[in-house]
Amino acid sequence: MYPLGASTFVEGVNNAFVFILGVSFFFLISITAVIIYFLIRYNKKRNPKPTHVEGNNWLEFIWTAIPLVLVMGMFYYGYVAWIPMKRIPDEGFHVTANARMWSFSFTYDNGRVTDKLFVPKDTAIILSLNARDVLHSLYIPAFRIKEDMVPGLTDNRMWFQANNTGTFTIFCAEYCGLQHALMYTDLVVMEPDEFWEWYADTTAVAPVIPEDANLALLGRQVVESKGCIACHSLDGTVVIGPSFLGKFGDPVRVITDGVEREIIYDEEYVRRSIYDPDYDITVGFRRGQMLSYEGEVTEDEVMLIIEFLKSLNE
Amino acid sequence: MSDNTNHKEVSYLEYQGKYRGILGWILSTDHKRIGLLYLYTMLLFFSIAAILGLLMKTQLIAPGETIMGPQTYNSFFTLHGIIMIFIIVVPGLPAVFGNFFLPIMIGAKDVAFPRINLLSWWLYIIGILIVLTSQFTGGGPPDTGWTFYAPYSFQTPTNVLPAVFGAFVMGFSSILTGINFVVTIHRMRAPGMKWLRMPLFPWTLYGTAWIQILATPVIGITLMLIIAERMLGIGFFDPALGGDPILYQHLFWIYSHPAVYIMILPAMGVISEIIPVFSRKSIFGYRAIVLSTMAIAFVGYFVWGHHMFTSGMSGRALFTFSFLTFLVAIPSAIKVFNWVATMHKGSLHLHTPFFWALSFLFVFMIGGLTGLVLGALATNVHLHDTHFVVAHFHFIVFGGTGFAFMGAVHYWFPKMFGRMYDANWANLGWGIFFIGFLSLYLPMFFLGMSGMPRRYYDYLPEFHGMNILSSMGAWVMISGILIIFANLIRSARSGPKTTEKNPWGGKTLEWQVDTPPTLENFDEIPAVDKTPYDYRDYAENTNS
Repeated sequence: MYPLGASTFVEGVNNAFVFILGVSFFFLISITAVIIYFLIRYNKKRNPKPTHVEGNNWLEFIWTAIPLVLVMGMFYYGYVAWIPMKRIPDEGFHVTANARMWSFSFTYDNGRVTDKLFVPKDTAIILSLNARDVLHSLYIPAFRIKEDMVPGLTDNRMWFQANNTGTFTIFCAEYCGLQHALMYTDLVVMEPDEFWEWYADTTAVAPVIPEDANLALLGRQVVESKGCIACHSLDGTVVIGPSFLGKFGDPVRVITDGVEREIIYDEEYVRRSIYDPDYDITVGFRRGQMLSYEGEVTEDEVMLIIEFLKSLNE
Repeated sequence: MSDNTNHKEVSYLEYQGKYRGILGWILSTDHKRIGLLYLYTMLLFFSIAAILGLLMKTQLIAPGETIMGPQTYNSFFTLHGIIMIFIIVVPGLPAVFGNFFLPIMIGAKDVAFPRINLLSWWLYIIGILIVLTSQFTGGGPPDTGWTFYAPYSFQTPTNVLPAVFGAFVMGFSSILTGINFVVTIHRMRAPGMKWLRMPLFPWTLYGTAWIQILATPVIGITLMLIIAERMLGIGFFDPALGGDPILYQHLFWIYSHPAVYIMILPAMGVISEIIPVFSRKSIFGYRAIVLSTMAIAFVGYFVWGHHMFTSGMSGRALFTFSFLTFLVAIPSAIKVFNWVATMHKGSLHLHTPFFWALSFLFVFMIGGLTGLVLGALATNVHLHDTHFVVAHFHFIVFGGTGFAFMGAVHYWFPKMFGRMYDANWANLGWGIFFIGFLSLYLPMFFLGMSGMPRRYYDYLPEFHGMNILSSMGAWVMISGILIIFANLIRSARSGPKTTEKNPWGGKTLEWQVDTPPTLENFDEIPAVDKTPYDYRDYAENTNS
């Protein structure tokens, strides 16, 4: 049942699994067999008269010493396979992994930001882990690695090196609230040549939007990739924040600096809600539920989101 | 209640004290009545939490939203955890069977402080009521999980404070029970009952009581810090206020890991009682079992860090915690070997309590061995916070403590109620429960190995197959529980009466007193002159 192994750690971790599980199955099966044998052999019908025995110090010694040796072996296997995970190499390709309720994003050193993690094969990848709000944990089962992402903890890093190209799942493993189960994304391992070409293609950092593009559709992609719909539904149901459905252009009652007022759900309101979410709080919702997306959503993307919101009215 | 020699021969169930009716129970300082008060409270809350578990497993039968949304699911696993941990398994065996049988097994009339004992139950009830208010007031049921991890527990709009405060109050109940048992065991053993003539269930209660006294204050302080932080905005744990969320995890697990031994040690005690009785043979390696009990209670304090292997601790700390975790496995292994050796050359009487003890051995071995997988650093990194962990601790806490609890109920039932249950229904219930248990929790090991994290109300389609099996197991297991509970409740009310003192052929003192016991248990405090499980008479005569 192992997921396909794909990082340099997999072999060591699998060896530890095989040793520990092998010893465990041996003991589970043999002790169970002995119990079943005793149940038959020493059943009261077959053995009406018990034999008086109070113990045996030699046996106590043996079944203390042998398990002790075996568990020290388990400890050793677990330890040697874990050391390489902790020895982060000096040289490698660096990416900052950001977690927030309930999405990941990845910032590359050249300024590129993606919602999936793209990395080259056969290269040490060093991730700086950064959590915006609560605890998260970056878990790649196929690579056998996991590290908690702790808000306020600087210099929290993990590393790995992929052996194969392909797409693997990254899960959030530490419970982080409502949509924890939906907080996952892809890890895409590419051939180095292909990767460096992709990496150098900075047009994707500030994409040129073609004249005939469907802006609302692009906006929908932004909303999905940034994790907005985890809190803002598209069908009118209230999750954490107000639904996106059919509000654009209508008046909306908000609380600003503790004073309730009515404003128009317009472009300026949308922009402010993305960059300074606590400025206007829609009546019926709580402050502090959303952190600013400054630096994560560009001005162009705000424009696309607005086009998408407008399209929801139609 | 004061001494009253006129009522000497009346059983504790019929004894008429200062109060009548229900007041005669909830104001009684009789350790036996208090034990039953805990039993009834736990029966009620176990049923609620088991239904929550069943609904969660039903939600997980298919990917996506099947019967509930994420907010409901998250509050369900939180309440399921709070009830099962704080209301059921932590007080669990000590509060019910410790209260009822500890004084009788060591030849005492009651615990050392009967009124404090009643106070413990009242604190427990008050704590429960406070926890329950969290469900119906404020921002809605808490959704943090029973661990209340910072900083999420400070950011969620749900009503976390009453749940935390309720757990805090229940902690005092636990501490007081611990103190009561330590004093009782030190001061009130029957004449001649030296330490090494004390039965093993009291021994495990002794180890447990010390953990309750020494570890519970830590969680009390931690919960107070949460309350101070949420109400007064003092930054202990929330990085937004300058606190450290990992400090919270340390403080939480410094209590909550020893708490696992609070849960499992008395279960080991129960098994150590049942196996010799139904083998008609002295327990094998009495001293080794006593030593391993105290070793677990001691080393158990120093392994909390294994809950935090991926939290960002230093490598040296991880190395040390992993090493100590493997050490604490040894005393448990010693116990298993001694239990199995006890059956060797015994005369095995197959009755319901023995079935529970045998199935305990099987599930406890699985729980313990998978604990080794989690104790090793490299494998832990892969499995931490996955379904593997959920399966592992259900095998220990539900498989271990739960099976022992069921064994204890079926073992001591005739003594407690003066009535007998229907053995066929009891065995059928056990069989269905056992099959359901395995098919519910075994698939979770595979899910965890394949990388499915825990606390997920929804999952990727690749995890579907094992989840179907697991969810169906939940329904089978609940059917078993229904049969067992129906049989026990019906039998306690109207099962065939029995006054037989010793239906199972036990050697410990509770089998020498009246069934059901009188108010003061003994007409005359017995003198003890031999080991607790001396079956030499069976070995010498054939009249078993």
